[in-house]
Amino acid sequence: MQGSDPKDAAPCACAPKTVREAREALRAEREKVHKAQAEARAQRVAEALAPPANLPGKLGLLFAVLIIWWNLYQMLPGIARFATQSLLGLDLASRLGSSVEFFLYDTPKVLMLLALVVFGVGVIRSFFTPERTRRLLAGKSEALGNMLAALLGTVTPFCSCSAVPLFLGFLNAGVPLGVTFSFLIAAPMVNEIAVVLLYGLLGWKVAALYMATGLAVAMVAGFVIGRLKMERHVEDWVQALRAGDAQGAQPQEELSWAERLNAGAHATRDIVGKVWLWVVLGIAVGAGIHGYVPEGMLASIMGRDAWWSVPAAVLLGIPMYSNAAGIVPVVHALLEKGAALGTVLAFMMSVIALSLPEAVILRKVLKPRLIAVFFGVVGGGILLVGFLFNAIW
Amino acid sequence: MKIEVLGMGCAKCKKLAAVAAQAVQELGVEAEIVKVEAVKEIMKYNVLSTPGLVVDGQLKAAGRVPSLDEVKGFVKQAQGA
Repeated sequence: MQGSDPKDAAPCACAPKTVREAREALRAEREKVHKAQAEARAQRVAEALAPPANLPGKLGLLFAVLIIWWNLYQMLPGIARFATQSLLGLDLASRLGSSVEFFLYDTPKVLMLLALVVFGVGVIRSFFTPERTRRLLAGKSEALGNMLAALLGTVTPFCSCSAVPLFLGFLNAGVPLGVTFSFLIAAPMVNEIAVVLLYGLLGWKVAALYMATGLAVAMVAGFVIGRLKMERHVEDWVQALRAGDAQGAQPQEELSWAERLNAGAHATRDIVGKVWLWVVLGIAVGAGIHGYVPEGMLASIMGRDAWWSVPAAVLLGIPMYSNAAGIVPVVHALLEKGAALGTVLAFMMSVIALSLPEAVILRKVLKPRLIAVFFGVVGGGILLVGFLFNAIW
Repeated sequence: MKIEVLGMGCAKCKKLAAVAAQAVQELGVEAEIVKVEAVKEIMKYNVLSTPGLVVDGQLKAAGRVPSLDEVKGFVKQAQGA
């Protein structure tokens, strides 16, 4: 076929008619080779960067990342000080300087903590599918069921957008109404993001307190709702559905450890990718309060002596809709300026656990009376937590 | 072939619908992609978490957005059956 067919000859340099054509053909050939080489290089780089498929490789990568993480984490205070003082030329004692240092230190610190914990929780969650949780809760007695449901709520993957199918699926499988509510209250309120942020910004004591009281509110509120015998205030079509069977769930395949690590990495990318902006905004607001609001200014309106500040905080929290990532840095700054811990915890719980969008979603399956009871009981529990901590802290 | 995406309009449901559309297009399969947003319809498949993916009446995944390759696998599997 040596150039006999012009179509075949076009891209290669085998049958040049003129010198210019030959040169062009040669250049095209060279470009093709370059491109192929570049592609091969890019592929090698991609292969080197891609997570290894086997478990030992993954564990090795995890170990390396953890060492880098730890060293970087240790260096954060120094980096923040250096950046504020030397790079930006700000005085650390000045208002702007202290705000900027606060922001430069807290933002990477919280994001790093978040990435680590979300990964760990992502791996743990691969053991707790909603289906498995439902099996564990079906047919449980009330008090024990409420406790178990609240605890499982913290580790079962949950997104408020699937609250309704989950609610229906639980009832359908014979999980009591009150126990279902314990789960639904705990799942968004006591989550890893809230706990990590509280730990990172306010220390382990506040984080533990929040977790313990959040679980207690979920258990007790669910128990009370169960005692009130509100079953008939679930929408009628839901009750009809309950008579049906609970068959046809998807087959459950057992995951390998490599897949569980993948799930953790996936969760990290997913969640950190979603909340990082909230964290940055929240810390920016917090940094502003840190630098510019005078010490003790909030003591009179949010301090422990202002008893009315607790109900006010709960009420204020209902229309506010934010996730833990945005609210904790603000809470941190409020506390620093003299707000009482109980008031602030109540505010945070109310913002996260009670929201109007949630009421709108639940309205599809609950009659208004049950929604009112839900808000009343959970709000009451949060109020109690607030008063309790203001009294003893 | 009929592909249903179960979900009450969350961000992940839209993403899953997009992945399904791409899978179908890349495989060159004739398929109708339907978004199922009514709770009653969703509950027929007994899913606890959305988004859910149903291919020819069979639930393939729930509570997550499967990867493009995975969805292609589901489609091929349904084709073979």
